[in-house]
This record gives sequence, C-alpha cells and structure tokens, in this order.
Amino acid sequence: MMLDATSNTDLLINFTYILCAAMFIFGLKLLGHPGTARRGNLLSSLGMLLAIVVTLLDNSIVTFQWIAIAMLAGAVVGFFAARLVAMTDMPEMVSLLNGVGGLGSVFVAWATIQIGVALSTFVLLVTFLALLIGCVTFSGSLIAWAKLSERIPGRGITFTGQVIVNVLIVLAIIGIGYLFVARPETALEPDMVLYIALGLTLLFGVMLVLPIGGADMPVVISLLNSYSGLAACAAGFALQNNLLIVAGSLVGASGIILTNIMCKAMNRSLSNVLFSGFMPVTSSDMVIEGEVKAMSADDAYYVLEAAQSVVVIPGYGMAVAQAQHAMKELQTILEENGAEVAYAIHPVAGRMPGHMNVLLAEADVSYEHLFEMDDINKRIENFDVAMVIGANDVVNPAAREMKGSPIYGMPVINADLAKNVFVLKRGMASGFAGIDNPLFFKPNTHMIFGDAKETLGAIIRQFAD
Amino acid sequence: MEGVYLLFILLLSIFIGFELIHKVPATLHTPLMSGANAISGITVVGALALAGNESLGQYSMYLGAFAVFLATINVVGGYMVTDRMLAMFKKKK
Repeated sequence: MMLDATSNTDLLINFTYILCAAMFIFGLKLLGHPGTARRGNLLSSLGMLLAIVVTLLDNSIVTFQWIAIAMLAGAVVGFFAARLVAMTDMPEMVSLLNGVGGLGSVFVAWATIQIGVALSTFVLLVTFLALLIGCVTFSGSLIAWAKLSERIPGRGITFTGQVIVNVLIVLAIIGIGYLFVARPETALEPDMVLYIALGLTLLFGVMLVLPIGGADMPVVISLLNSYSGLAACAAGFALQNNLLIVAGSLVGASGIILTNIMCKAMNRSLSNVLFSGFMPVTSSDMVIEGEVKAMSADDAYYVLEAAQSVVVIPGYGMAVAQAQHAMKELQTILEENGAEVAYAIHPVAGRMPGHMNVLLAEADVSYEHLFEMDDINKRIENFDVAMVIGANDVVNPAAREMKGSPIYGMPVINADLAKNVFVLKRGMASGFAGIDNPLFFKPNTHMIFGDAKETLGAIIRQFAD
Repeated sequence: MEGVYLLFILLLSIFIGFELIHKVPATLHTPLMSGANAISGITVVGALALAGNESLGQYSMYLGAFAVFLATINVVGGYMVTDRMLAMFKKKK
C-alpha cells in the first residue's frame, strides 16, 4: 500500500470520522435521559465540529473562500433563528429546520451530478434518491410549517381527483427517475431531466402533506424528521461517505421510532394517517345522554380550594391560549394550599411529539410533575379534580365506550373517571375529527367556557382574595 | 462491491439507531427530534468536499457552497435550539 501524504490524510480523516460516529451514538444515548440530555447534545455537537474541521484537511479542498462565506452566513442565520424563536413556535421551527436539512441534501445531490465525470448507474440511482427524499422533505416541511403557523388552513386540504393526480405524479417520478439513472438517448437534455425531477419531487412533497389535518401533525413532523436523515444518508451513498450514512441513518431510525410512537398513541396505522384525508368521514349515530353544565371560574375555585389532588390534562388549546404560565402559577398556589398537582401528558397532545412538555418546561414546571398517560390512568380515580385545558380528543371517553366512533380504540387519558372534571374550553366546537365528546355530558363534568388563560387568572384571583 | 459495503454500514447503523432511541421518555421527544435533526446536518461534510474542490468546476462549487450554507443553518440552529430547550428541563428545586 502506498503511504504518501494524500492517503495519510485520507486515513486520518476516516479514523476521525469513526470517532465522530461514536460521539453521535453516545450523544443520542445520553439524550435519552433527562439528567444527561444536555451533555449528550453537547457531545453530539462536538462530534459535528470535529467532523467539519477534519474534513477541511482534505487535500482536494483547495479554495476556502466560498466555504468560509457559506459557513459564516449559515452560522449567523442558525444562531439568530435558534436564539430568537419563541418556545411556543417550536413546532414551526423544527419543521423549518427539517426542511432546510432536506434542501441541503438536494444541493449536495445536484452538485454531485454536475461534476462532469461519467457517473456509475449506482451513483446516479442514489443521487436521484437523495434528490427525491430531500425535495419531499423540503416542500413537505414548508407545507407543515405553513399549516402550523396558520398561513394556510390547518385542516386537511382535499379536492376531487386528488388521488388520480397523486398517482400520476408518482408515475411521472418513476419515469423521470428512469431517464435520470439510465440516461437513454432521448430528446431531453440531462439538465432538463434534472429540472423536471426537482419540480415533480417538490410537488410530491406538497401533495403528501396537504391532505393531512392539524391534529395529525405530530406524525408528519416525526416522519419529515426521519426523511431529513434518510436524505443525508442517500447523499452519503452518492459521495461514498461513511459518516453521512451512519449519521443519516441514526436520524432516520429515530424519526421512524417517533412516528411509530405517535401512530400507536392514536391507534392508527401510518397509512391511515397519511391517506385518511381521502376517506369519507364516518358518522356515528350514537346518542350521547346527559346535559352540558357550565360553571363559572368562581365556583371552580371552591372545588379547587377543597381539593387534595388535581391532575391537569393540557392539549393544543393550552398552547394557543398561552396558558402555561398561568397554570404554573395556579399549581404553586394549589401546592401551598396542600394539594398534590400532577400533569398528564398524552403522546399526541399538541402539534409535535413532546409539545406539551416543552411548553410546561418553559413555564418552569418540573418534569417530575409530568406523567405519561399509562401512569396517570392507573390512579386517575383518586384525583379530586381533573382540569382539561384545551384538550379534546385525547380525553374522549368515546374511544373507550363507543364502538362506532371513529376514534374507538385510541388510548386516551380517562379524565372522566376523576371525581370532578373541569373542562376549560372556548366553546362547544368539537375536536379535529368532528366527533362529539361524551366527556362534556358526564354528570361529574363542568364546562368553564372562555379563554383558558383568563379563566385560570380568574381562579388565581379568587385564591388571592 | 463498494455499494454492498456501504449497505452494510447502513444496516448496522439503523439497528443502532433503533436500539438507542426506542426507550426515550416522552418528555424528551421534542429535544430528541431537534437534536437528531442537527445531526442530519452532517451533509455539511459532503457539501464541503464539493464546495472547495476547484477541479469539479465552478457550477458544482457554487451548488456545494449553497449546500454548505443550508447544512450549517441546520447544524447551528438545530444544536442551539436543542440546548435552549434542554436548559429549561429542570428538576424540582
């Protein structure tokens, strides 16, 4: 084996890549426990820094001017985006970052085929995959972002003939993929093939996310997260870079696991989430018995004042009303009053995995007060009061009791089994699925209508008097 | 053969990924996602080799440099926002 300067540097780079891969793996491992998560993230970022620095030693990199400008500009944008984003905008931020990562892979793929050397069929195939996954990630994430920030309606958008259009797009992508990889002698220039491929795959990403409703966003964001990793992975195949493959597939795997957790929490399959926009809405002819009883915040105070234990069940409505800080204030008051306060978090509450946890952490609620659905359901009967703040489908007892209901079988937090249930809600509108919630009609349930933040504020004022 | 050897690496790292992540508590789902997303910015390494290599031609270099820009946003933004979130996750005092 020749051991000239070039191969020595290559060796150094590749050995360092092994170290970087190990740092990513240990970093992710540490990210799995609340106590060590911050260190894990730091370790993983050091791995990234090391990977970047050692790559710059590569002898084939001769001009640093554009690299310096691009890295500086990217670091500035990333820095300010991460600093300035409000914690409540985290779902939007995560989907934008997913999209940017996907687009990065697209440009790596694009640059690869412009090299001007004849590429093997294998390289062309993986480059096409990087392009495809990257574009879908980018445009899909943009649509998810627009839905989350309500720039476009959050509900699923469907039109007649959508299924046919989608099938045609898929067929066209397969066709253009063949032209891209096999490069047969045709009238189409390779550049033209590339532009058509970019257009079609971007369109495909839009069509994939458009029909999916707001409440299914946790699934979509996890899935796009997975795609951003897989796009990096495909780019790694195109460049024959081990580190890209390892890091990309770690991200791909983690995204798929999260997607799976989210689907299980809704008792639906992934294909059901992705394509249910096209299915007719199942109407249930179940009759709900009982009546809705409204209650004022003042009356709620008397019950809370006497309560020994309170469980809070937050949902997306809490994020919309920005009620987490008021809730934390009420928690402190209740605890001073001698009550135990617990938070029950449903895996799909909110718009992304762990959304409620981030909001409550921002309001300085200790994660030790946060319980997962199964833990709280075991002892929900013992709670004097269950406060449902802006949650609907995740506390719907129809999932347990009504066989014809569209959400029958979905694991829910059994709020209705607590001794008293307060539902803080704007009005009587039904949840995402348009399903009535029998919880509101239970004899032990009281509705406190109005903005959740103001309602909590009114209760807090009662305690102060 | 190169492709087969790369597929080997892919297979093993997917298994590691599944093993690593499948026991993460729900509290950490968001930081896990944004932290993982920062790792997917690893494309920056591939982009660097394209952006700095004059022999590939100007066009490839510019595309590579733009990829470096995007991936750096992903890396810096992803790690920083994850750290910001994790700093908020506190135990009882």
